[in-house]
Amino acid sequence: MNTTNVLLWVVYPYLAMAILVGGLIWRYRYDKFGWTTRSSQLYETAILRWGSPLFHFGVLMVLIGHVGGLVIPKSWTEAVGVTEHTYHLMAVFIGTVAGLCTLIGMGILIARRRLTGPVFAATTRNDKAMYLVLAGVIVLGLLATVRANVIGAGYDYRETVSPWFRSLFYLRPDPDVMAGVPVGFQIHVLAAFALFAFWPFTRLVHAFSAPVGYLTRPYVVYRSRGPRPGLRPTRPGWDGPPRLPARGHGRADR
Amino acid sequence: MRVMAQMAMVMNLDKCIGCHTCSVTCKQAWTNRSGVEYVWFNNVETRPGQGYPRTYEDQDRWQGGWVRTRSGRLKPRSGGRLKKMFTIFANPKLPAMRDYYEPWTYDYEHLINAPAGEDIPVARPKSLLTGQDTKITWSANWDDSLAGGNEIAAGDPVLAKVSDQVRQEYEKTFMFFLPRICEHCLNPSCAASCPSGAIYKRAEDGIVLVDQDRCRGWRMCVTGCPYKKVYFNHRTGKAEKCTFCFPRIEIGQPTICSETCVGRLRYLGLMLYDADRVAEAAAMADEHDLYDAQRAVFLDPHDPAVVAAARDAGIPDDWIDAAQRSPIWDLIMKYEVALPLHPEYRTMPMVWYIPPLSPVVDVLRETGHDGEAAGNLFGAIDALRIPVEYLAELFTAGDPAPVRNVLNRLAAMRAYQRRINLGEAADESIAAAVGMTGAAMQDMYRLLAIAKYEQRYVIPAAHAEDAHRLEKIATECSLDYEGGPGMGGGGPYGQGPFGESSGTPVPVQVETFHALRNRQTSDRFVDPGDEPRRVNLLNWDGKSVPKGLFPPRRTEPEHTDGGDR
Repeated sequence: MNTTNVLLWVVYPYLAMAILVGGLIWRYRYDKFGWTTRSSQLYETAILRWGSPLFHFGVLMVLIGHVGGLVIPKSWTEAVGVTEHTYHLMAVFIGTVAGLCTLIGMGILIARRRLTGPVFAATTRNDKAMYLVLAGVIVLGLLATVRANVIGAGYDYRETVSPWFRSLFYLRPDPDVMAGVPVGFQIHVLAAFALFAFWPFTRLVHAFSAPVGYLTRPYVVYRSRGPRPGLRPTRPGWDGPPRLPARGHGRADR
Repeated sequence: MRVMAQMAMVMNLDKCIGCHTCSVTCKQAWTNRSGVEYVWFNNVETRPGQGYPRTYEDQDRWQGGWVRTRSGRLKPRSGGRLKKMFTIFANPKLPAMRDYYEPWTYDYEHLINAPAGEDIPVARPKSLLTGQDTKITWSANWDDSLAGGNEIAAGDPVLAKVSDQVRQEYEKTFMFFLPRICEHCLNPSCAASCPSGAIYKRAEDGIVLVDQDRCRGWRMCVTGCPYKKVYFNHRTGKAEKCTFCFPRIEIGQPTICSETCVGRLRYLGLMLYDADRVAEAAAMADEHDLYDAQRAVFLDPHDPAVVAAARDAGIPDDWIDAAQRSPIWDLIMKYEVALPLHPEYRTMPMVWYIPPLSPVVDVLRETGHDGEAAGNLFGAIDALRIPVEYLAELFTAGDPAPVRNVLNRLAAMRAYQRRINLGEAADESIAAAVGMTGAAMQDMYRLLAIAKYEQRYVIPAAHAEDAHRLEKIATECSLDYEGGPGMGGGGPYGQGPFGESSGTPVPVQVETFHALRNRQTSDRFVDPGDEPRRVNLLNWDGKSVPKGLFPPRRTEPEHTDGGDR
């Protein structure tokens, strides 16, 4: 158990998760108004109709795959009769499809964001940084999988990465297992935790407001008037007459 | 019976001259901001015309409102809850910016900054979306007053429904203006479409609002509203809509569009309705029954049983009194001249319209007949199929009978009042021909033609029990809010760390309407007993100590001799 291992596989993940949870609470408390998808569909629909579902459904499948692979212990799946070989085939097949969907979708979305004038003008620096980190995590994950399973002989992360990941939640972190994991996976994991830490401060927060309550809610919502009748404090977004999109923020070629 | 109160509006289309004052004042009050440049909570459309956004009434295309399922229940036309969830990543039926119009400004600065040269500098149009030069090709009222002629008017989805044989000969066409705001429906399909539950109907006054803190920008409401009166703020990523000017309504003032209406064609008032019967009424099998079904949902505020039920439901007495004086009740239920806009969308809209008689009168006058005589008008209303059918497609799901009845009543009122105006004896047979009495006709005339401000706008203010809180607002600490200084808040608008408009806003110190009015209308300048402490600082030179600058020292004895000081 050397210092680097502890820093990378204990301190850093806990720090990232603390920032994720604390950041989400802070943002929810102080920036409910900024908590939105900031959809750009109004500017451009034709490309978004392909890119966005591809990416989102792909990334949801990826999420389910990660939960299955990291959270469910190997012994459980084997107990219900799924052999390592079956699991591996399923994971590689579904994972590749999901990963490709995500990658293609993200490619379409990023290209659209850059090439559609109004969409690019509405892109903030925060968005650009977010795209970089998000794309980095996805590409690194795909690279690690391809290198280990397609080019290489196959790597069973459920023997190493998964127990380590679970050990974080048992509060008995085990950094030494991670030290032996191939570098590709290591970088992917580190990048993923960087993404988690960045998450609350980007537009990605909208993932935490997935409207599942809609399925059970009555259609029409009634609410009582607030306690203060009459004039209200100013709302965000009330910042004077319309103005041109800020130069320098958007396209550099103007 | 579950009694609820609803603020409602009626617009008398005969009086609308299409001046757009309502649109402009509304825009100045609510949408003169970045992100909602293209948004008009109030817009005035020329009919026939495509409307704003273009062809919004074509529900086969835009999928707004409700549909009746085979089992007799209602579901949003654009799909139920599951379908909404699966299309959440890219709403397939969202109008694009070009269906509204691309907002623009002009490069005025260039007029001043342009270098000296041969040519006179011009202010080029610049797109507010990209900042680039743009070509203006459409706007919120591009086809105003039938501009563009047949080419544009032929795209009107309502006109398409009327008849294949409608000849769009420009000279023979008819025209009127239709001001539109949010309908504040009894059965709002925008609220039903909102996955986050951010759009709600206020229990007290029925105003439909978007909770800006709960909206997550899924933009399903834009599709859900068949009137396309929910808009997406493309800067903040939140839905925004007409608020019925609730801060004004709450203190007893009319909406800004009503207040500034030049033609005085808008009426505001309360309606009581039975919330338990809304769903059933909205799900009538035959679309033609929807108009009567909605009227049946309204409760007579003069009925003692209704008054008792309203009190049980917690509706205060001044509100019940306002409902009894409501011009909306009179126009919809007593005189039966107001009709809902597109009842076939099954949202139970609450902004109703008195259809215009003027297209009929105009055509009649052009044919050389007396456009004011009752007999001529009645005959013309029956004969002029196109305007009546067109109005029926707008207001009664295509059933011409109620429209004809309304137009007959308006025609009868004209003829009846003309006789009085000319000093002839009132002809009761004219009133009887449309099922009214002469007295009722006089009352209707007064309400439609010469009603005063207080009669057109009957708005019960915030409750008395809220008054002390109203007074308190001006004295509350301005730093007393979440995310205030030192609490990690985003600071004043637009400076938040997560892009445009994130963070908590700084509330302004508001002086309430009532506090201001009390002071303006009081007899005295200052509190009695407070006078000696007041001094006009504008006249003070800063050196002397004028009498009253400081409060008198109560404990100090008076010195008469000057003493040794």
